[in-house]
Amino acid sequence: MLLGRIIGTVVATRKDPRLEGKKLLVCRPMDPDGKDEKGYIVAVDTVDAGFREHVLIVQGSSARMASGCKDTPVDAAIVGIVDQVSQD
Amino acid sequence: MYLGKVIGRVIATVKNDVLEGKKLLLIRRLPSGPAVVAVDAVGAGAGETVYVCRGREASFAFKPEEVPTEATVVAIVDYIERE
Repeated sequence: MLLGRIIGTVVATRKDPRLEGKKLLVCRPMDPDGKDEKGYIVAVDTVDAGFREHVLIVQGSSARMASGCKDTPVDAAIVGIVDQVSQD
Repeated sequence: MYLGKVIGRVIATVKNDVLEGKKLLLIRRLPSGPAVVAVDAVGAGAGETVYVCRGREASFAFKPEEVPTEATVVAIVDYIERE
């Protein structure tokens, strides 16, 4: 799973019916120190995350196991809002 | 699957229902790799060398629960023998 921050939203009117009512967010992956990494991910929100929040992203077919994503065409989901990352 | 070292923890109060009560660990892939967040299935702690399962199979560690994880700590390594 990845750490990321939300940098935007995606609006799509025409989409797969199983995606209706789901919020799509653009996330930038981060390292544990909070520094940005390359690229971006569009992920389905399952925890009501918002702009600039730090989140936990699950990718691949496991994303479908998040509640609310069962049997949907999803390969990236936001499954947590990160409060704190502590490093030893 | 690969070996990793526990380098920290991630705290998230708001999370997907199915992740509730699960410990999130920060793992560095050995010998040197990127840090990833993994769900703990065995009770691993700081500084321990662990065995991480990736991909869809990662969620099998919690069966019959369906946990949305793509990286799970499935074992704590005691020692490694190599020639």
